[in-house]
Amino acid sequence: MHRNAPKIALEGVIKSFGSKHVLRGLDLEIAPQESVVVIGGSGTGKSVLLKSILGILTPEQGSIKINGQETTNLSGRAYDDHLAKFGMLFQGSALFDSLPVWQNVAFKLLQVQRMNRKDAKARALDTLAQVGLTPDVGELSPSELSGGMQKRVALARAIVADPEIVFFDEPTTGLDPIMADVINDLIVKCVKDRGITALSITHDMASARKIADRIAMLYDGKIIWEGATKEIDHTDNPYLNQFIHGRADGPIKMQVHRL
Amino acid sequence: MKFLALVGRTFLRFLEATGRFSLFAWYTLRHTFSLPVYWRQIGRQAVDIGYYSLPVVGLTTLFTGMALALQMNAGFSRFDAANAIPTVVALGITRELGPVMAGLMVAGRIGAAIAAELGTMRVTEQIDALVTLSVNPYKYLVVPRFLAATLLMPLLVLIGDIVGIFGGFLVSVYMLDFNASHYITQTWEYLEVHDVTSGLWKASAFGMIVALMGCYNGFNSKGGAQGVGAATTNAVVSACILILITNYLLTGILFAS
Repeated sequence: MHRNAPKIALEGVIKSFGSKHVLRGLDLEIAPQESVVVIGGSGTGKSVLLKSILGILTPEQGSIKINGQETTNLSGRAYDDHLAKFGMLFQGSALFDSLPVWQNVAFKLLQVQRMNRKDAKARALDTLAQVGLTPDVGELSPSELSGGMQKRVALARAIVADPEIVFFDEPTTGLDPIMADVINDLIVKCVKDRGITALSITHDMASARKIADRIAMLYDGKIIWEGATKEIDHTDNPYLNQFIHGRADGPIKMQVHRL
Repeated sequence: MKFLALVGRTFLRFLEATGRFSLFAWYTLRHTFSLPVYWRQIGRQAVDIGYYSLPVVGLTTLFTGMALALQMNAGFSRFDAANAIPTVVALGITRELGPVMAGLMVAGRIGAAIAAELGTMRVTEQIDALVTLSVNPYKYLVVPRFLAATLLMPLLVLIGDIVGIFGGFLVSVYMLDFNASHYITQTWEYLEVHDVTSGLWKASAFGMIVALMGCYNGFNSKGGAQGVGAATTNAVVSACILILITNYLLTGILFAS
C-alpha cells in the first residue's frame, strides 16, 4: 500500500468484448505525482485499461477511483469534471488534421475553457516551446510534421491545460531511438516540473525504464508483477523476465495463426 | 434449420442496427437543443454543405429541367397539349425532381464526405481525443453537420428549383419555339406556394437523412481503410434509399387532399 492516498485506484476491474475477456479483475494503485508504466504484449488490454479509467469504456465490474471518488458510470457535469483532470497522448498522436498545430494545442482552452484566441494562442506557443518547437510550427498543419514532431505537439496538447493526470499511450512507438529518447526526456521533464501523475503504457523497455518510477506488468487481464523500476532486473518472475528480454521461449505464448 | 437460423440472425442484426441508429438520432436531437453551441463549426459546415454543393445541385436541376421539357413536349404534342409544358415542368421540378435530385446528389457529395471524415477520425482515435479534451463529439462533430444539412438543403433546393425551371425555359424557348413571356406567365399562373414549400419540407428531411446517415456510419466505422470505405458506401447507399422512401411517404402526407 502507498503511504499517500492513491491518486488512481483500480480494484477488481473486469471488461469484456463479447466472449473476449480483456480485463479479468485488474488491481492497480498510483500515488500522486508518481509515474507508473504498464507493460505487456499487444492485445493484453493496456489501451482498454486507459479508456476504462477515462470513462470512454465502462467496465462490467470493479471500482475505479480518482482522488478517492468512484468514477465508473459518471454522467453529465460529473463526467465533464472527471475528464477535466486528464490529459492524454495517443499512440498515433490523434491530432486534428483540419486544424493548424497551435489550434490543436489550444483546443481545450478554446473550446472548453472559452479562452480568447489571442491568449490561447500565446499559451499554445509557450507550451510548444516547452516541448522544443518554434512558433512557426504552430501555423503548420499536422500532416506537414514528422512523427517525432507530431508526438511533441500531442504532448503539448496533453499538458497545456495543466491536468492532474496524464496518460501516455505508447509514446515512443514508430520513432527512431534518438527521437524516442527525446520524447522520453520531455515526458520526464513535463511530469516532474508540473507535478503530474502519469500512467503510461508501452512495449518499449528503454522508454519504460526512463519514464517510470514504478513498472507494472499486465498479462491475461491482470497485473502479474509490479515494483520499482530498478527492481525489474532482479525479479525471478518468468513472465516479466521473458518480456523484458524479448525471448520467444517462456510462459507467454504468442497466438500465431499458421497459414 | 440453417436457413431459419440465418433469417433469424439477419432479422436480429437489422433490429440491432435500427436500435443503434435510433439512439444515435436521439442523442443528436438532444444535443442539438443543449449548450454549448459550436458556432464556428456550424459556419464551416454551412459553407461546405451549402455553398460548395451549389454547382452540383445547379447543374443537376438545370439538365433535369431541360430533359423534362423535351420529354413533356414529346408526350403532350401527341394530343396537342404542349401549352401545359411550363406548368408541368414547374410542378415536376418544385414538387419532385428538384428535392429528390438535389437530395441524391448531396447524399453522394456530402454523405460520403461526412462518413469518410468521421470514419478516419474514429480509426485514428481523433474522436477519442475529443472526449479526453472534454468536448462532446456529438456536439462538436454531429450537430453542426446535422444543423447545416437540415437548414441549408431547403435553400439549395430553392435555388435548384429556379435553375431547373430556367432549364425548361431555355429548351422551350430556344428549341421548341415557345414565346418567352408566355412561358413565364404560364409558370407563374399555375404554380402555387404549396408546390414550392412542399419541396422545401422534403429537402429539409433529406438533409437530415444525409447528415445522420453520414455521421452514424462514420462514427461507428471500424478497422482501417477498409472500414472507412465500407462506412462511406453504407452512408451513401442507405441515404439514397431512405431519401426515395421518405419522398414517397412525404408526398403521400403533403398532398393527401
